[in-house]
Amino acid sequence: MQHWIVMPVIIPAIAAPLIAMGMRQDIVLARVFSVATTVALVLLSVLLVFKASDGHTHTYALGNWPAPFGITLVLDRLSALMLLLTSVLALFVLLHAIAGWDRRGRHFHALFLFLLMGLNGAFLTGDFFNLFVFFEVLLIASYGLMVHAGGAMRLKAGVQYVVINLAGSTLFLFAVGLIYSVTGTLNMADLAQQVPHIPPADQAILHIGALLLLLVFAVKAALVPVHFWLPGTYSLAPAPVAALFAIMTKVGAYAIIRLYTLAFGEGAGDSAWLAAAWLMPAALITLVVGMIGVLAARSLGQMVSFAVIGSMGTLLIPVALFTAPAMSAALYYMVHSTLAAAALFLIVDMVAQRRKEVADHLSLTAPFAQMGLIAGLFFLGAIAMTGMPPLSGFIGKLLILDSARDSTLMAWIWGLILFTSLLAIIGFARAGSLVFWKTHEAGQPLRRRARRLPVGNALPFVATGGLLACMVILTAFAGPVALYLDQTAAQLFEPTRYIHAVLGG
Amino acid sequence: MSLVLIVMLPFIGAVLPALMIRTGRNACTIATASVTILAFALLMTHVPAVLRGEVVQVGWDWLPGLGLNANFFLDGLGLLFASLILGIGLLIIIYARFYLAKEDPMGTFFTYLLLFQGAMVGIVLSDNILMLLIFWELTSLSSFLLIGYWKHLPEGRQGARMALAVTGGGGLAMIAGALLLGQIVGSYDLSVILQHKELIQASPLYVPALLLILIGAFAKSAQFPLHFWLPHAMAAPTPVSAYLHSATMVKAGIFLLARLWPVLAGTEIWFYLVTTTGLITMVVAAYIALFKDDLKALLAYSTVSHLGLVTMLLGFGTPLAAVAAVFHIINHATFKAALFMSAGIVDHEVGSRDIKHLGGLVMLMPITATLATIAAASMAGIPLLNGFLSKEMMLEEAAHTVWAGQAWLIPLLATAGAMLSVAYSLRYITQVFFGPVREHYPSTPHDPPMGMWLPPAFLVGLVMLIGLFPQTFAGPLVAASAGAVIGGPLPDYYLSIWHGLTPALFMSAVALGLGIVILWRYTQVRAAWQKGPHPQAKALFDRTLTGAVAVSSALTYRLHNGSLQRYLAWFIGACVVIGYVTFWLSSHEAGNRAMLPAAPVAIVGWLLLIGGCAALMALHRDRLLALITVGVIGLIVSIGFVYLSAPDLALTQISVEVVTVVLLLLALNFLPKHTPAESMSVRKVRDGVLAVVAGLGVGAIAFAAMTRDFVTLSDFYLEQSLPGGGGTNVVNVILVDFRGFDTFGEIIVLGIAALAIFALLDGALRGEVGRKLDAWVSTEQRSMNRHPMMLVVATRVMLPLALLVGAYIFLRGHNVPGGGFIAGLVVAIALIMQYMASGFGWTAKRMRVDYHGMVGAGILIAAATGIGSWIAGHPFLTSAFEYFTWPLVGKFELASAIAFDTGVFLTVVGAVMLTLANLSRIGRRAQHQQINEQPMDVNPLENTKN
Repeated sequence: MQHWIVMPVIIPAIAAPLIAMGMRQDIVLARVFSVATTVALVLLSVLLVFKASDGHTHTYALGNWPAPFGITLVLDRLSALMLLLTSVLALFVLLHAIAGWDRRGRHFHALFLFLLMGLNGAFLTGDFFNLFVFFEVLLIASYGLMVHAGGAMRLKAGVQYVVINLAGSTLFLFAVGLIYSVTGTLNMADLAQQVPHIPPADQAILHIGALLLLLVFAVKAALVPVHFWLPGTYSLAPAPVAALFAIMTKVGAYAIIRLYTLAFGEGAGDSAWLAAAWLMPAALITLVVGMIGVLAARSLGQMVSFAVIGSMGTLLIPVALFTAPAMSAALYYMVHSTLAAAALFLIVDMVAQRRKEVADHLSLTAPFAQMGLIAGLFFLGAIAMTGMPPLSGFIGKLLILDSARDSTLMAWIWGLILFTSLLAIIGFARAGSLVFWKTHEAGQPLRRRARRLPVGNALPFVATGGLLACMVILTAFAGPVALYLDQTAAQLFEPTRYIHAVLGG
Repeated sequence: MSLVLIVMLPFIGAVLPALMIRTGRNACTIATASVTILAFALLMTHVPAVLRGEVVQVGWDWLPGLGLNANFFLDGLGLLFASLILGIGLLIIIYARFYLAKEDPMGTFFTYLLLFQGAMVGIVLSDNILMLLIFWELTSLSSFLLIGYWKHLPEGRQGARMALAVTGGGGLAMIAGALLLGQIVGSYDLSVILQHKELIQASPLYVPALLLILIGAFAKSAQFPLHFWLPHAMAAPTPVSAYLHSATMVKAGIFLLARLWPVLAGTEIWFYLVTTTGLITMVVAAYIALFKDDLKALLAYSTVSHLGLVTMLLGFGTPLAAVAAVFHIINHATFKAALFMSAGIVDHEVGSRDIKHLGGLVMLMPITATLATIAAASMAGIPLLNGFLSKEMMLEEAAHTVWAGQAWLIPLLATAGAMLSVAYSLRYITQVFFGPVREHYPSTPHDPPMGMWLPPAFLVGLVMLIGLFPQTFAGPLVAASAGAVIGGPLPDYYLSIWHGLTPALFMSAVALGLGIVILWRYTQVRAAWQKGPHPQAKALFDRTLTGAVAVSSALTYRLHNGSLQRYLAWFIGACVVIGYVTFWLSSHEAGNRAMLPAAPVAIVGWLLLIGGCAALMALHRDRLLALITVGVIGLIVSIGFVYLSAPDLALTQISVEVVTVVLLLLALNFLPKHTPAESMSVRKVRDGVLAVVAGLGVGAIAFAAMTRDFVTLSDFYLEQSLPGGGGTNVVNVILVDFRGFDTFGEIIVLGIAALAIFALLDGALRGEVGRKLDAWVSTEQRSMNRHPMMLVVATRVMLPLALLVGAYIFLRGHNVPGGGFIAGLVVAIALIMQYMASGFGWTAKRMRVDYHGMVGAGILIAAATGIGSWIAGHPFLTSAFEYFTWPLVGKFELASAIAFDTGVFLTVVGAVMLTLANLSRIGRRAQHQQINEQPMDVNPLENTKN
């Protein structure tokens, strides 16, 4: 029974090589297997969410070695939530991909499933070095996906992506080494137990290690000033890959939440809330840089990419408050912003494929096939991304504002979140009206008829519709969802239960 | 329950028109109208209760943690607004059916309209301000769609964006205000908030909350100086203008002021902010309206002016003024909707709505002229019409209001506003419908079909009925809604035409007289106005926005300039700042571990390492030399591992070095051999400083870490390696057992890398890169003998030896240095040597292995080993081992770890070989040479024959 916890890693790790070995000549077979695997992951993560919602922290000792000597996987509410979010996102993205993207290069499905394996592992592991390993898995798989289907621009952006992330990996090893040198452990729970008892002589080494690790996670989460890789990568990656990457930034956010509530929380003595002082200003600046970028963007892809940066700022502001209500708000917004970004990338792809010569650039073209329908989807996507009602972004922002009430930075947080929302609204309205409304220059004859392009199939609409439907569900059932997230946040702020579950006693 | 249905019906029904348009325009209209009628009928079922003074309530918890409840309530104020929204909405639907042209997509129009209608009804029925905010922003969004409905017109698009920016932005301010208000009261439910006047007004948060809410309300209700979006929203089709600017959108701000009036009004700050804003808006907008030639622009500014009037009344804060405000809301909605519709008729049937091209239409379109004249007269405040009644009440209140000690100010300005209102209303009548008939109109004027004039006619009927019998037709509604606004007992008032010789009557008469004078002298007045300045809010707005975009662009693209060096400089810079600041802020002490003496060998190694790095810096432009230097550095590191008693690491490091250098050499073959000098000296200095500072920091912290003792996990591993893991080589037991899961992940990384390289190069070869390679001519000097005999013979001899070494290293791995990873690399090197010696073609023929399969098999074997432990009831990757004794062989161990290590081995070999295979594919494309069938270019046998 207990093996369920390791399954989210094992299933894709078996399915991916099978597809790479036996099915790389037959795309249909690969698609069937890939979708089946992802569906299995969705079902599995639903099961794990149920399992985790009993409030216990479940552990799985790999190789039957006790923590902290072996590697331990840990399932609690947060990791279960991340697994569910990942698999649901992956399923819809995959539906979009099998409408054609997956055959523009080789090994799409194998790399896709390997990426899922890396993500699932990163969300489950309770060990730093193992986290590093899964970061590598997802980095190298994502690089393979990023350059899928090739092209000079994409390869150039891919090089930047991989170089900056490799620099991040190197720093990861160095930081973990520093932490190990003063605590002698790689196990997160064990670290949490030791941090309060670190002698003052060793404190600087521990703190430098922990904060450099924050920088590593910030690279993943695209926080200013280490966000530079994101706009190029996301806007040039193949659309389904960009959509899946919506969860990649959340890996960084997840790691930040996990480590700095578990080991550097209230009980950490002199090291308590170590990350807050660095994280908050970075998050605020990230929000501004992202939303300014939305206004500046020259293509839809870039605009959504900068909106992702902005949303990471919005997400990490409440994280940096390090209170249970703020964390709950942050988690709600995390789920929302992942879905919203993914949906928008898929919509942008539909636009780009139909406006062949100008792709997604912000310039006018003649009407294209299914313009009205896609415009409607874009409108909804933009509503979600800018945090307007009735989709979940609005509720997320309300929760964040509400949770920032007691902060000393309340005026800054409220002011910046609301003002940048206006920037985003203006940016998206400008772009949308240019792409979907302006089909001719004033004075030129108006062409009402759209060019009929051969339209593939309905799968991209199903995929985008599915993601939007998830946001509707997230909105309609905001009450129960918030309840789960409140409990999740409460669990995060009681690290002793995690520590006991992993180390026993 | 039915309250929720009233709100939800338009939203749900919004799908209908989009679908029903497929059967035709009439079916579409009927479907849309049915939705509205149904909602209106449901609303009417509550009328008796509300008029009795009851409040109908319904609600559910939605997000109780936040205080966001789906609560709705219907009181007098809600009833008034909901009736206006749904009632006038119905008339607009009928009117729009005849107004919209054939090529306008009607289904879309009605869908947008119903969405907007639902949002408006939602605002006025919400009993939770967060809920209200949701609908509030929904009106901004749906009005964006309505205003931009004629998307081919630039004015439509710009007007829509401007409206969204201003009203949506105002909504954002209101979010903050609402949250503050909720914080004061402890609930977001309006029915609770409205009970806490003293609490709210005593709170220190009252002023910020009030300011933020007022920004939102003023933006929505187009109050000065946020009024400028409204005239530009006139780019919408006329039914939209008639709807948005008479009964709905702009009234939302007024509604909110009225809704919160019981708790926010009555303070000094409220009085000065709201009254002053309303007053200025009323006068300024009326003044501008006087000089607008576009009928819809004239009506737009008159709307702004009348909204100012209502705002001012609400600002007074007295119950009587509130009654007047409510009454004027009704009256304004009726006559203004009628006026917009008649302006639309003129535009539709005459082909122009420019006053300069109109005039003399009374005989050509008598019905329209009659309707427009009555409605405009009501707007002017002519007696016997409803506009007169509420204007009288306004003037009466204004007469008693003192502004900062000046008793004359408000009465005077209110009279001026009324006077201007008379002037532009009469101008609308006289210069459009009267005067000489023109010879040419853009098209032949005639009265419209009944469907178009009936809706305004109905409204004009109301204008007259309320004007004549105010108590009968508006009394109960005014009483109910004013009661809701005031939230207490109604003041003593009486709706009637004649109140005696009051100051208001006098002011009214003066306004009427002067208004007529202005119109009489219109040419002179206009000439005077022409000379004055005409600040253009739109130009200002556009400039601001263009400026914001330009600044954003400059900032964004200057920061994100695509330079990888810069991005890495930020990254390293962040490391440096974090490292040094944290060191400075945290307590620290020097380590106290005893230093080891520096052996001469170590010093030599150290110097070599430094020398290697220095050489690399000096040579880095010559890539081939740089690569060799990197190899040297790697070897010194390996020696370092040996020196520090880590043979496993050394073995791994050496084999990894060899494989990487070989693969890099192969890749470098197709790359430029020299790195061009691109950096400017400033950047060199920057990078140099960063590198030195970061390097020193890393060195220092590493030194600090190494000079202190610490407890690690090593003891456990050393202790458990043999009894628990079945091996004496702790490093290997860590790799395949203690932390086998890491290894499992790492071999997958290797496998993915190989697959990704294959995918990348395969794609590249099919595309432009492939064509480039076909045309590629190497400029390098190349060996004439591709496959030198010495190399061929040597590698052939070494192959079995190397494979044996590989097998040996693999098998001994568990107990002494070695293992699957190193063995895999050794075997891969041995195979690579064959390829190097005899070429890919020859070798591939003799090595029929599918490397994809090898990588996959390796991962699967490792996974299967892990899963095998489930059978024994243990977690993934739990090892098992047993000792056996065979005759001759003796005692030996069989461990599950060996299966796992086999997986590692296969993956490593497969990944390296797959990479090699792909690099050589490029080579074959580029060299344009025949694939060699023979092991060597020269056949030694042939030579002997000769």
